Amino acid sequence: MNEKNKTGFGSKFTKWFGRTSDTNLLLTITIVVFFLMYLGAIVFQGQGFLKPQTFFNILNANAALIITSVGLSIVMICGGIDISVGGVVALVSMSCAVYLDFHGGSIIGAIAIAIGIGVVFGVVQGFLVAYLDIQPFIVTLAGMFFARGMTTIVHTAPFNVENEAFVNLKDTRVIVPGFGSYNKLGNYVNAYVEIGVIVAILVVILFFIILRWTKLGRSLYAVGGNAQSALMLGINVRRTRFLSHLICGILAGIAGFVYFMHVGSGSASHASGMEMNAIASSIIGGTMLTGGVGNIIGTFFGVLSLSTIQNIVSSAGLDQAWWTGITIAAMLCIFLVIQSVVISKKKKLLTK
Amino acid sequence: MDSTKTKKISFNKQLLIPIAAIIALAIFNLIVDPSFFKITLGTNSAGNPVLSGYLITILDYGSELAILAIGMTLVTAASGGQDISVGATIAIAGSVILRVLCGNNSRPDTLQAPIIVAFLVACVVAMLFGAFNGILVAYFKIQPMVATLILFTAGRSIAAWINNNELPIISEPSFGYFGGYIPGIPIPTPFFIAMICVIVIMLVLKFTTLGLYTQAVGINGSSSRLNGINPQFIKFLTFVILGLCVAVAGLIKVSRLSTINYSVIAKDIEMDAILAVALGGNALSGGKFNMTASILGAYVIQFLTTTLYKMNVNSEALSAYKAVVVIVLVVLSTPVVRKKLSQLWGKLTVKQAVKEVA
Amino acid sequence: MKENAVLELHNIYKTFPGVKALQNVDFTLCEGEIHALMGENGAGKSTLIKVITGVYEKEEGTIYLKGNEGEAHIHSPQDAQNLGISTVYQEITLCPNLTVAENMFIGRTKGSITNWKKMNEDADKILKSLDIPAKATQQLATCSLAVQQMVAIARAVDMDCKVLILDEPTSSLDDSEVRKLFGLMNDLKSKGVGIIFVTHFLDQVYEVCDKITVLRDGKLVGEYEIENLPRVELVSKMLGKELDDLSDIKEESVVYEDKGDEVPVFEAKGLQSDAGIKPFDFFIRKGEVNGFTGLLGSGRSECVRAIFGADRVIKGKVKKNGKEVKISKPLDAMKQGIAYLPEDRKVDGIVGDLSVRENIILAAQVLRGFFKPFSKAETYKLADEYIKLLDIKTASADTPIKSLSGGNQQKVIVARWLLMHPEYLILDEPTRGIDVGTKVDIQKLVLKLASEGMSITFISSETDEMLRTCSRLVVMRDRKVVGELSGDELTQSGIMKTIAGGKQEEIAESSEEGGESVG
Repeated sequence: MNEKNKTGFGSKFTKWFGRTSDTNLLLTITIVVFFLMYLGAIVFQGQGFLKPQTFFNILNANAALIITSVGLSIVMICGGIDISVGGVVALVSMSCAVYLDFHGGSIIGAIAIAIGIGVVFGVVQGFLVAYLDIQPFIVTLAGMFFARGMTTIVHTAPFNVENEAFVNLKDTRVIVPGFGSYNKLGNYVNAYVEIGVIVAILVVILFFIILRWTKLGRSLYAVGGNAQSALMLGINVRRTRFLSHLICGILAGIAGFVYFMHVGSGSASHASGMEMNAIASSIIGGTMLTGGVGNIIGTFFGVLSLSTIQNIVSSAGLDQAWWTGITIAAMLCIFLVIQSVVISKKKKLLTK
Repeated sequence: MDSTKTKKISFNKQLLIPIAAIIALAIFNLIVDPSFFKITLGTNSAGNPVLSGYLITILDYGSELAILAIGMTLVTAASGGQDISVGATIAIAGSVILRVLCGNNSRPDTLQAPIIVAFLVACVVAMLFGAFNGILVAYFKIQPMVATLILFTAGRSIAAWINNNELPIISEPSFGYFGGYIPGIPIPTPFFIAMICVIVIMLVLKFTTLGLYTQAVGINGSSSRLNGINPQFIKFLTFVILGLCVAVAGLIKVSRLSTINYSVIAKDIEMDAILAVALGGNALSGGKFNMTASILGAYVIQFLTTTLYKMNVNSEALSAYKAVVVIVLVVLSTPVVRKKLSQLWGKLTVKQAVKEVA
Repeated sequence: MKENAVLELHNIYKTFPGVKALQNVDFTLCEGEIHALMGENGAGKSTLIKVITGVYEKEEGTIYLKGNEGEAHIHSPQDAQNLGISTVYQEITLCPNLTVAENMFIGRTKGSITNWKKMNEDADKILKSLDIPAKATQQLATCSLAVQQMVAIARAVDMDCKVLILDEPTSSLDDSEVRKLFGLMNDLKSKGVGIIFVTHFLDQVYEVCDKITVLRDGKLVGEYEIENLPRVELVSKMLGKELDDLSDIKEESVVYEDKGDEVPVFEAKGLQSDAGIKPFDFFIRKGEVNGFTGLLGSGRSECVRAIFGADRVIKGKVKKNGKEVKISKPLDAMKQGIAYLPEDRKVDGIVGDLSVRENIILAAQVLRGFFKPFSKAETYKLADEYIKLLDIKTASADTPIKSLSGGNQQKVIVARWLLMHPEYLILDEPTRGIDVGTKVDIQKLVLKLASEGMSITFISSETDEMLRTCSRLVVMRDRKVVGELSGDELTQSGIMKTIAGGKQEEIAESSEEGGESVG
């Protein structure tokens, strides 16, 4: 069957295709798709997309999503799932808002609350999944409803935070030198990102390192790949699963504060659907639902791809609320199919 | 040994769970405020006699859940997972009905088609979406909860797109009968619709082998296959049946308001539907099921919801309470916990027995 | 401890509720030796392995390891690993999504930081020294199964093991891959590693092993040097039958009245499924009882599963009464009148949570069709009929089948297929786990059904059961059909000789010696 491809590009590609790992293969697809999309955006929507600030605004608007997606990727690599992250983000925003404005709290205190909430969710969910063997979907589905419910119990009406220290923090712009542009009046405006973006990038780098170089990181991949084998190889499967949920919970807490910094308010409808976006970003980024495959860089590009789509949709004048839902679901579906087709083609290539 | 004797004992122990829950809730309400049980006969805006009261509310809204519980029970039994897209597909079904009835005009004076036609189209569409889920689960072997995530995300958007994001309103009064009251009959129509569905599924379970095959496939797919059953097709079929249930629920929902609100309609109903199945004592991991218990479970969930409403818990916080109930139920059903509990029970009964002997 | 022994077990006892898995078993493994551990189903092989590897705890007995002062205490797989006992299981217990190098080192490195460069270099070194065709940076899933198996062995070996246990390593390998594996094993042997080789494949045992230990019914039959144990004797020790032509009681062998030019009820040519057996031909005539015999793992079940369409059929034709029929799935076979009682009743037979009567009527119901369910009254009637007929001990027809004893569960499954009134009934190990009285009843039932015109295939590990009921036996070894016996050839020794195969001189030798066992 491969005689035709003995020489030339075809055979080289086939060889690379067969020998490269699943993770790398999917990552390649993701990055290629993202660049194609961004190119498409530039070509079709022109002007706006050529400005670097547009790109930075994508980061600004999605810093929280990047962080939750990293957390979700980690849980998915380990073979589980967590759909409570959106609810946790909303709960964190509302709790911090109430704390700052009604109890005169400090920024440090708010951050502590954010992380604390994340830890609680992570620990409880992790325990139920890892040590009581309950399906992660049910546990985190309940977690999501619990978080959303608690958000309204903490405070019913949405409101903007007026705490001075916080507003200053929120409005801080971190200048990115060299990427500025001229606005309509001819003045040079610096490109900027919000603090949340810095946090997001630090999270991405940190967990990229953890997943690639630490024992915990490699255990996550092992357990997700084949939990039974991992057990035989001497890995503590329960502890690894527990830690994956704990990490996801903590990251949801951090993302909650980042989100809070971006929107500056508390509301029960915040981060609606964020968990689905995080899952979609992870899958588009090359994380497989079945576990054992995925990487943080891919997830990062997955978020970017998702938001680029949203930008294209809104600048094309389509009703954002509805069209983004459909396009995300379509991308999800396509990527799920691509994943299974690619992986099965690879298997066929090997067994004959 | 004559098995005909055992035939007469047809009461299934599984029914005890929802019945116990009903009794518990009833006692709770009796203690807190017996007026919960008051039913009054009044007249509605059209001048027709209607019954009202919290109990009526339970029958009314619980019926929607009961219809969904029928399909969800079958899906859970065969595939060991749940369909979380039912809320979104109800939105689609409702949207289709409105589209057929309103045509291109969102505020028509007369119906563009008979209601029955609109309903049938909605059935076909909802079953097609059910088939979509069914294919992903049965043939692509994706976990049910994850496969249905796709429609969960996109469903409401699709529903809005069907009507070009407009909110059609139906002014024809007979359309409101399905979700409200038929003139002259004081009991809400959804209850009758639910009863019809219950009768239909009971007939199907009695006159076909659907029940047997679904359970066999859910318990042991490999054995089922060696007995000539096609496990993939059965799983696929259960999703299609759930699609049909969704269409019926969709009709009721849009009929209540004679319009639709894409993001609000049937919001979080999937949680209730899953709870109904679980509260009916059915294993969420699939296998044997008892349809009557699920239907009872649906009304129990509604009973719980209505009780919480009466206590002025707002609708958002409601989900927090329900989440706790789900977790408690699921934790109690895990093998680890069950073993510990039966060990505990064993120790207690042994102590009793020892005391009696001594 | 013996001179160059690397592992010694003395007087090992292990019981489970109701089962004496190991009774007073001894086992010795020497340095640089490849030692086969053999026995039929329930012999105690896997229990013994699990005791050595710390998965089970022995009740009595002692374990000695070279280099260990006094007794070795093995209470967990981790303990066994630390003491230098490495195991490679039949299913690849590695993670396919990780690289070769990672699979070799994960779970046993000190420290939390992975040094990829060093790990890859070390892995490449080991792979090279063992001549394994894989790269350290390759994803394991991209390697063939044989290579994956070798990587698992490489991991075991790198842990400086003294004892290497290979549990059915060749089940999923083809001939060339088996060659590679044997090369690796001989390499390790020369380095002084003691290897325990658990397998069903007779030919492979004789190709690569130095010694054989045979277990039967939880007891040690003996330890033998390979040169001193001809194949036929090995087979006889495993099956527990003495090889002695003269003492063969000439029982009345079942003879089939061939009505001459009758077309076989079912005929198969070149049938091959994806379960790994070589293509085979098959036929059975009306009212005939035939059997498939051979050691466990020789492919008997796979053959009948192919006939029933239970496994995916790749090649071959099936004819019923001379006309070609297509059987691609169980329902097709059932419609043609074939019934199949599977070997593994727990996995393939019972539907655990369903009641006894639901299990009994299941197959017949599927044949009747989706829209014609049996009424409840009918199911009770049918269930009662067969509960009585086969003397099934159950509290009621509504008891969930999973709470019945194994033997009674088996009877329910037999009832299920009898209810279908098949033309051709395949029984794969129908008497496994059943009390003696019922075993006889089933054999009598088989003969009765055959006399009424039903064709039956009877597979059993107990060859005397088959001799009593079958008029023709298909003999299998190592996944292919090696012979067919009928008429006068149907004797214990005839069966064992055909199973054993091997050089003609061996068989002649052992007949001369009259079956004296050595060791």
